[in-house]
Amino acid sequence: MNELLLVEDLTKYFPLESTILDRVLGRRTLNVHAVDAVTFALHRNETLGLVGESGSGKTTLGRTILMLERPTSGKIIFDSQEISGLKESELRKIRREMQIVFQNPVSSLDPRMRVKDIVTEPLRAFRDFDGKSADEAVNRVLEAVKLPEDSLTKFPHEFSGGQKQRIAIARALVLNPKFLVLDEPTSALDSSIQAQILNLLRALQDDYKLSYLFITHNINIVKFTSDRIAVMYMGKLVEVGETKDVLEHPLHPYTLALIVSVPRLDPDKKIERPPLHGEVSSMINPPAGCRFNPRCPYAQEICMTTEPEFREVVTGHFSACHFAEKLLQASPTERAVE
Amino acid sequence: MPEVLLDVQNLVVKYKSKMREVRALDRVSLAVDSKQIVAIVGESGCGKSTLGLSIIGLLPMPPALVETGQIIFQGRDLLRVKEAEMALFRGTGISMVFQEPMSSLDPVFTVGAQLQEAIEVREKRTTHKSYGPFKREAPEDGHGVSGGAMRMFSFRVPRSRQREALSDEIVQALEKVQIADPKTVLGKYPHELSGGMAQRVMIARALIERPSLLIADEPTSALDVTTQAQVLQLMRSLRDEVGTSIIFVTHDLAVAAQVAEVVAVMYAGEIVELAETREIFRKTKHPYSEGLIGSFPEKYKDQGRLETIPGDVPDLRSQLVGCKFNPRCKYAFDRCIAEHPDLSETEAGHKVACFLRYPR
Amino acid sequence: MRMRSRLPIDTKEARLTLRILRSSTTTMIGLVIAVAFVATAIVLWLTSDSILPYNPSSITAAIVQPPSIVHIFGTDELGRDVFSRVMAAVPIDAEIPFCVVAIAVSMGLLTGTIAGYLGGLVEEVIMRVADIFLAFPGLVLALAIVAALGPSTNNAILALSPVWWPGYTRLARGETLSVKSQQYVEASRAAGHGARYIIVHHIIPNIVPVILVYATLDLGVVIIIFSVLSFIGLGAQPPTSEWGLMTVQEEHFLSSAPWIPLIPAAAILIVAVGFSLLGDGLRDALDPKTRSLFE
Repeated sequence: MNELLLVEDLTKYFPLESTILDRVLGRRTLNVHAVDAVTFALHRNETLGLVGESGSGKTTLGRTILMLERPTSGKIIFDSQEISGLKESELRKIRREMQIVFQNPVSSLDPRMRVKDIVTEPLRAFRDFDGKSADEAVNRVLEAVKLPEDSLTKFPHEFSGGQKQRIAIARALVLNPKFLVLDEPTSALDSSIQAQILNLLRALQDDYKLSYLFITHNINIVKFTSDRIAVMYMGKLVEVGETKDVLEHPLHPYTLALIVSVPRLDPDKKIERPPLHGEVSSMINPPAGCRFNPRCPYAQEICMTTEPEFREVVTGHFSACHFAEKLLQASPTERAVE
Repeated sequence: MPEVLLDVQNLVVKYKSKMREVRALDRVSLAVDSKQIVAIVGESGCGKSTLGLSIIGLLPMPPALVETGQIIFQGRDLLRVKEAEMALFRGTGISMVFQEPMSSLDPVFTVGAQLQEAIEVREKRTTHKSYGPFKREAPEDGHGVSGGAMRMFSFRVPRSRQREALSDEIVQALEKVQIADPKTVLGKYPHELSGGMAQRVMIARALIERPSLLIADEPTSALDVTTQAQVLQLMRSLRDEVGTSIIFVTHDLAVAAQVAEVVAVMYAGEIVELAETREIFRKTKHPYSEGLIGSFPEKYKDQGRLETIPGDVPDLRSQLVGCKFNPRCKYAFDRCIAEHPDLSETEAGHKVACFLRYPR
Repeated sequence: MRMRSRLPIDTKEARLTLRILRSSTTTMIGLVIAVAFVATAIVLWLTSDSILPYNPSSITAAIVQPPSIVHIFGTDELGRDVFSRVMAAVPIDAEIPFCVVAIAVSMGLLTGTIAGYLGGLVEEVIMRVADIFLAFPGLVLALAIVAALGPSTNNAILALSPVWWPGYTRLARGETLSVKSQQYVEASRAAGHGARYIIVHHIIPNIVPVILVYATLDLGVVIIIFSVLSFIGLGAQPPTSEWGLMTVQEEHFLSSAPWIPLIPAAAILIVAVGFSLLGDGLRDALDPKTRSLFE
């Protein structure tokens, strides 16, 4: 099967703490709707860029797919195996195949461990590594991320941000996984370093035959790194498609707003009228109908009553908007701004 | 003819610890005109935040130390002014907005109370009217106890007429920054606001205080891109409507392109290029600026990899003679290692610190 | 090129800590006192009184002699050399408090990390049990246990440990919660490691410094409390040399021969303060803000 990962109706709610009084009075527990009925597929050797702003649920989605959080409902089918119902002990074997790189290089490395121990740690969870093969694995992966050999005995604080992120990537690769969740891996880095790490990630994907779920809030990065894009808003997927298609012919007003809001390197192309106003609505009590309707410049009555279906509008290009076809007919992004 | 509002001359700031000394700012000179937005762009450690903090006098001293330089504002050298006088400049003369809006708002007072305070500060300084619960009858007279004890327990009890007028101004300010439900927000506490909202409250405060100069230290870095677009537009309108000049510190060149007329690119404590925004992007002169622009994912042209600047952000502790960028510069030649290029005007209105660009 | 240390200790950071400690006079005073105290205890424990100038229990005729060249601290009403007695007390006054703190720290670390990491019912149960112990005033609890078990030095340890461990449980749990939220713990989980591995390899190494600081500060306090127990008669029993015991037994000499009760009392004070100063210094040394000033 060409699909490495298939996510079906995946939902993750975080219950808010209820006091004893609430329980006595029989009040329903309130939930934060972090991820709501998300469905998509990730093909082998592909990079799917998951784009969203704060409150979109993109990080929670990444972590839930990795089973670092138990899904509230829905299915995760990884390499033809349903993993959402597995116990922790059964998940262990599968964890070799899926790893994660976090956003903050400082907090993702234990400051009290040497680099060698940090990178070997994943190996220690599995018995089939002895000292020698472990050393080889570590050296190989260190070379792949272009860190010098003498890094092994050093501590994380002796490295710069970009180098720390390389260590984190090395750790994620040491088990030779098939799938990597990259949670905003360059957001905390300086721009000049960011480009280095993005290049590295791309090269590694070819060498290691990896599939990436690249989570970011920056649409520009997604253009460089991803084959396909998935856009999230308030826990829901609003658009999925090939990168070029989504960026040039967005089929959802939110995607359009995102694209327009990104500042360009050209002082003559200022964003005179910011496309979106207001803030994300309550995650505990999402709006009825389409969750984007309070801020959508094209909202109609149907948007406030009926939740739009996430459907395939054009081959391979999905959208959750009642009026996706209308957007399809509109001219490409540059002119769609007006 | 725009007048010069702020003139920073040859500023040198060091951070001293027991073991070593680091030059955070190395002979930085910068002029800001009235009604102008100047962006200071650089990566971490380049000194841009230190520059902002030096101007408003909020550098932690120690460990920071101003070695030489002058900061001329409204005829005074801010570096040689006593703290009591400096305090009078803050708010209405020079104001500051930070990256984390939560840290600029007092968590125990409501939004309304803090904006109210901004009004009082402004009124006290501009009209010499006394403001507070023990104010006497005639608004003209200069007396009126400001009620120190009452203030301590945050008893603000202005008269109802004034209260109405003040409220109106606060509500208007919140409306100007596009907060949807101003009256509700007035009663909220800072922790109840989102990042974008809090940052807008900060700008509302600036609108009320009407400072001549606003220093914005990465005000949109913690915000979503859609919120950022709104905040950037608000900053432009702040300049247009109130006439506030803004020093916009950012690491994001694209944000600078959006909001500033003049851009100063900083590297390792120095300004390496200074020009009008259009010039910086169309006629980039310094190799570092060139590298920064090139490494933007926006500039990607299907070549399989992004352009990068080799090496890492500079270690300010190293004592390098010559150009600080030379270890990473692809054009570096002998002179770059031996001598230090000073910021010079190689073309009208365009300064750069690079031997490559100096006229022979 | 220097050989890099193979120990799991960051030598650069350790040297930084030492530098900061050295810079503060009060901390160094504390360090000197603490080290002297521990060294004396070890030496005396190994040589068991044989190096002392006089046998601390030998009764002589030279009673109530003021301090002189022959007897540096004088003698008591049984002719025993006060200096030798004070020195002989060191091993006991070191052993008991150290044992108490060691037990408290171990128990506290174990229960606190488990409570903090596992959360839920386990956390609730552990913390409520700790709360129950904390609800009793420390000294009262210790007295009650000793009264039940009978006074002796060993029973003093059994009595004091329950008083101290809940504090460390609280501390360890709090620190565990903050370490638990760090992403390197999540990375460990993503690699397939379980609670035991994470607690042992990530949580405990990261909270040990804080616990160490508190333990050092605590030592001074435990020394005092133990002396108080003996003072009341529920700790060390006569004729053992122990500072608290010596202070109370000779109390009636306070006006006539003050050196007899006051010197042991001063010893308690000096050692307690010494550990306090050292603990304070350690806490400052571990504070990231001070560290950045010294780099």
